Amino acid sequence: MIVEAKGLRKRYNHVWALDGLDLSVQEGEIYGLLGPNGSGKTTTILILLGLTEPTEGIVRVCGHDPVREPLQVKRAVGYLSEKVGFYEELSARENLRLITRLNGIPEAQGKARIAEALEQVGLAEVSDRPVATFSHGMRQRLGIADVLVKRPKLAILDEPTSGIDPEGAVQILDLIRRLRDEAGMTVILSSHLLYQVQRICDRVGILQRGRMVAEGTVGELTGGEGGYWAVVEGAGSALRARLEGEEWTVGVEDLGGGRLQVALAESARPQLFKIVAEEGAVITELRPRVRTLEDIYLRYFQA
Amino acid sequence: MATIFWKELADHLGSRRFFLLSLIILVVAGTSVYLGIQGFRENPEEVGEYVYLVLFTQAASGLPSFLSFLAFFGPLLAVLLGFDAVNSEFTRGTVSRILSQPIYRDAWINGKFLAGLTTLAVMVVSIALLIFGLGLFALGFPPAGGEFARLLVFVVVAVIYLGFWLALGILFSVFFRQTASSALAAVATWLFFTLFLYMIAGVIADQLVPLRADSTASDLLRNQNIRDFVLRFSPVALFEEAVLPILVPTYRGLSLLALLTRPDVPTSPLSLGQSLLVGWPQLVGLVALTSLCFAAAYLAFMRREIRTS
Repeated sequence: MIVEAKGLRKRYNHVWALDGLDLSVQEGEIYGLLGPNGSGKTTTILILLGLTEPTEGIVRVCGHDPVREPLQVKRAVGYLSEKVGFYEELSARENLRLITRLNGIPEAQGKARIAEALEQVGLAEVSDRPVATFSHGMRQRLGIADVLVKRPKLAILDEPTSGIDPEGAVQILDLIRRLRDEAGMTVILSSHLLYQVQRICDRVGILQRGRMVAEGTVGELTGGEGGYWAVVEGAGSALRARLEGEEWTVGVEDLGGGRLQVALAESARPQLFKIVAEEGAVITELRPRVRTLEDIYLRYFQA
Repeated sequence: MATIFWKELADHLGSRRFFLLSLIILVVAGTSVYLGIQGFRENPEEVGEYVYLVLFTQAASGLPSFLSFLAFFGPLLAVLLGFDAVNSEFTRGTVSRILSQPIYRDAWINGKFLAGLTTLAVMVVSIALLIFGLGLFALGFPPAGGEFARLLVFVVVAVIYLGFWLALGILFSVFFRQTASSALAAVATWLFFTLFLYMIAGVIADQLVPLRADSTASDLLRNQNIRDFVLRFSPVALFEEAVLPILVPTYRGLSLLALLTRPDVPTSPLSLGQSLLVGWPQLVGLVALTSLCFAAAYLAFMRREIRTS
């Protein structure tokens, strides 16, 4: 267990940003933290890094307590913050050199790591230009290079793909996955962009108002229900009553003009055809209910 | 901390601000030497044996002496180096990036303060050497050992004084999120201490002990004492009082008694140790103020939440 947190609570002035959060991440995992704005993702990350202290609760990162032993934790963890910033007048290379020096990496070794990291994120050609001339996407990639030069055991990435075009985002996600596969790095990332999380995360935790409301693999969270959507035309109230009476009906919605939308379980198609035919109505549409993280997400946050 | 220190120092020395500072330094040093030498030419008897020190304290019509220039504008330069030390890192988003590296949090603010202080020291020393060099060129004889020692003490005190303003700038940069507000607050404090407190001190003294044409000497003394008491809350006044005896060896203190006795008693220069003693309480006060101000900035920074939104 590379990250373990129990009963985390954090209070900013009079607001509880975290209210009893439990979190555990295994080594070599890509873990996604999901949640709307203000749900406590960034606070959780800051606590894991020892950049802010929890009001209550226990945290262990790589076996160390971030409050008591911040240096050990910071040595082992790389962090990309949500609004990553650089010293504008310094070049990309100089910005990274500052990081290697702060980490006490010997100069020659640092140089090699910087060159390698810049190559990996595709910034090798512009590495001597001042960061002031960089676009948003380039800065974000430089932020990732910033994490890479540390060779951390755990990388915590807060919104790594925010504000990047889809192509750039895909590249970054591939890079993250490669790092896990090749270097065995554990990654915790937070995001709003569900399809991205779905794409690379092994496990996902959904946060709401400072609590973990759901946790599991993407499959566990999205699977389970399945089934079909059907749209029925020419339906009367008798059909509706019958459908609602059946146990395989998940939900019935009136679309108006005698049209009904019915959600039904996987195995219930023959029964549906039969009932609809008996009532003299027709099925105009039938499609599988593919559930994505978005459905899960919306279900938690609409309630 | 060394990494932070060198980085910040390089930032300071390479910045446009420092270029401006250097220009100001050149102009000030030139003027100061010019004034000193003119004073020396006009009435060499009054100048006495400490010619080089006069270069630092000589004022002329409309032009301030180097000492008052440093006391008045020095703070502005020091504040300029500090007012955006912390909040600009927050607005740029570099805070979490630097603080997630394996360094202690206080190494950052200590490094920043030391780098600023070094920059200021470089500035003061370079002015002093420049004035010395120009003086040597114009006068044609080298400074005496005593003068050099006094100048060394002066430089140290000046750096401590500027350190107060640097710490104040850093303190404001921790408190205010916007660099503009911290700059304004710093300039307001500077104006208060350099201008308004002098007025306020006079008003308070005149209110408590009104002076009339028939006031007694003891009233006069009390009025002056109250004025001095209020003024000593200002680091500017403390600095001037601490430094005057060092640069003016015949100086005996600011008290009315010293002023009244001056015409009668022939003033012979004090030794450096005695001169230091005259300004010792002010010197200690200055060191205390500087440490206090930096301690406040340090504490405020350590307790500051990293979270920006």
